[in-house]
Amino acid sequence: MTRHQPLLIPAAILALSLPAALPALAQEQGTVRIGEMQEPTVLDPTVDATASIDEMLTQNLYESLTTVNEAGEVLPQLAESWEISDDGLTYTFTLTQDAAFHDGTPFDAEAVRFSFERAMAEGSTNPSSDIWEPIESVTVTDPRTIEVTLSRPDAFFLFNLAQGDASIVSPASAETNVTEPVGTGPFRFVSWTRGDRLVLEKNPDHRDAGEVTIPGVEFRFITDASAMAAALLAGELDRAGLGAPELLAQFENDDRFTVEIGTTEGEVILALNNGRAPFDDIRAREAVNRAIDREEIIAGAMDGTATPIGSFYPPHGPAYVDLTGTWPHDTETAAALFQEVGVTELSLTVPPFPYATRSAEIIQAELAQAGVAVSVETVEWGYWLEEVYSNRNYDMTIIAHTSPNDMGNFARGPEYFYGFQSDEFDALWDRISAETDAEARNALLEEGQRYLAENAVMAFLFQLPELAVQRSDLEGFWTAAPVLYQPLKEVHWAE
Amino acid sequence: MRHRASLILGAVLVGLMAAAGLVSLAWTPWPLAEIDVLNKLAAPSAAHPLGTDGLGRDLLSRLMAGAANSLSVAAGAVLLGGGIGTGLGLLASAWGGRVEEALMRLCDLSFAFPALLFAIMLAAAFGPSLLNTGLAIAFINVPIFARVARGAANQVWVRDFVLAGRAAGRGRAAISRDHIVPNIAAPLIVQATIEIATAILAEAALSYLGLGAQPPAASWGRMLAEAQTLLWVAPMQAVWPGLCITAAVLGFGLLGDGLRDWADPRLVRRQA
Repeated sequence: MTRHQPLLIPAAILALSLPAALPALAQEQGTVRIGEMQEPTVLDPTVDATASIDEMLTQNLYESLTTVNEAGEVLPQLAESWEISDDGLTYTFTLTQDAAFHDGTPFDAEAVRFSFERAMAEGSTNPSSDIWEPIESVTVTDPRTIEVTLSRPDAFFLFNLAQGDASIVSPASAETNVTEPVGTGPFRFVSWTRGDRLVLEKNPDHRDAGEVTIPGVEFRFITDASAMAAALLAGELDRAGLGAPELLAQFENDDRFTVEIGTTEGEVILALNNGRAPFDDIRAREAVNRAIDREEIIAGAMDGTATPIGSFYPPHGPAYVDLTGTWPHDTETAAALFQEVGVTELSLTVPPFPYATRSAEIIQAELAQAGVAVSVETVEWGYWLEEVYSNRNYDMTIIAHTSPNDMGNFARGPEYFYGFQSDEFDALWDRISAETDAEARNALLEEGQRYLAENAVMAFLFQLPELAVQRSDLEGFWTAAPVLYQPLKEVHWAE
Repeated sequence: MRHRASLILGAVLVGLMAAAGLVSLAWTPWPLAEIDVLNKLAAPSAAHPLGTDGLGRDLLSRLMAGAANSLSVAAGAVLLGGGIGTGLGLLASAWGGRVEEALMRLCDLSFAFPALLFAIMLAAAFGPSLLNTGLAIAFINVPIFARVARGAANQVWVRDFVLAGRAAGRGRAAISRDHIVPNIAAPLIVQATIEIATAILAEAALSYLGLGAQPPAASWGRMLAEAQTLLWVAPMQAVWPGLCITAAVLGFGLLGDGLRDWADPRLVRRQA
């Protein structure tokens, strides 16, 4: 999941805001209309890292072997049950008999094997190599049973299988899923108008169809936060996430709406390009960490709605340790360090999301006080992916990493856009992913957080909040999303 | 008298804006980039006459700096584009024939090219900046001035004193410089004044889209964009830069109108 984290961000933003509702003029309680800030590139989460695909379709149109609940616990989905061998290497999944693809093709173990092998194939564009990397073999025992053997224990394996990147697709429709998605989920595809909307309807043949009370879902693509707020007020949307916290004010005292400030897995970081000067020198990284003032950034950019972080782990997670005091804000020390290293100018390239562009201006001012002139450039998402994410041609950038369990980003080697490589951390991450005991893993994750903070690998800023507005008679949305997606099966209208 | 009223009102508005911009180069009430988030969106007070923006920066200071940026980009772009355009127009008029034909068709062609698209291309190729915005606006002005200059020059070329000059053996370049330019200066100045108004709007639009001034530089268009999500909580954030743009555009428009009336001999005669 790490691979695309950055992409998720936009999505996250949007997602954060997901759907909202307006009970304005005794509104109709029909199809749920959700505002989405990020237009999907394609409609197949297994081939593209854009976060909004997962947000809208995972566990809604597509399903995976497992799923997770709001607490982040793994639950059965297409796999009814599973057994794990004592050495933690062999998983035997028993599949449900009551699932079928929307086009009528049956769901069976062959579809699972096909989906896994497609994702693992040479040249696959599946965004999450770390889901597939531990898998050694996939064997179909009978149509209801599939055995997956790993080359090493992987504590995140079942959790990873719940993600959109591990969606089960049908061999008959895999190639056309990019425009006409076919899955086994409780909602099926109706239409997609690029730049406008994606429409899903309830799948009456789904095994849990009885629990789904809404007739369908319509995602409307609106990229501008002000336009999103206006659409909510006009009764055009039932729910939406708003990337700009100040827009929430007008909804807070309005009975027609509920405002939810929730959490996401999105760590917003000021990424420092460790792969080249000056940030290959820890003194330069420390200087940035000391020059910034998180409280000021959160107050100015997020209207005080975010929680500061001192490392790369969400504050609501079980292994969280507060490291925001690792590098106390100290402009003078920062200035001295910058002078020592000889840094007087830096560039800050930011993607076009409100949390990033606003933080950038504040960070620019803070670094100016430490004697460094920062040129801020706001670029389009595609340009960011190319220049920053792929070519690593940047000094600093601001991005939210919205995937869960993504500390492994720092073990992705110098080719990842961090330009960071540490044998010590790589070894630590190997131990973390192999550790199956929760308590021991949390202890290791704590060690990981400390390592990243103490080495000032990045300047960690804050946890991205989910700022959602919805009609007050709409219920069933998660406040704290442990994953990218939001199951819509549970969404319903109140009386 | 009507033209004199617009002339005076236009001159006053332009003078105010230009003065504010000039002063901002040397002094602003607060440092432009100094943020103070604990004091953001503050109401007008003695310290901050117009209050502060979303990052706690002094609004008046930023409006003044915005005037400097808007006016210098607009005037610079019109001078550059107008200068090149006038040169091309004079050339076309002096040579006539195929040169004239080719240059004027070239102008038609560039009229067909959307100015905003050109600015976006420049920003994509060289990065968004005020300079590139100015270059894009200058480019739009080239064909406008080429046409005006050529049309006006063509009327002068057939006058007796020009024919006399040619009969005396003076070259086309010398005649253009000594006789044509002074005689077409008035319409060009009027045109330039009106084009500056358009250029201010263009700069504001491009900065609004994020292609012009980059942070922490102040620009009216950028301030409008920043105020957009704040409309509910702090509507004045959008009103002030909006008023400034309106006043500047109106000022240059009135000034241009007034100058045109003033320079038009027929009007002068009628009113005399």
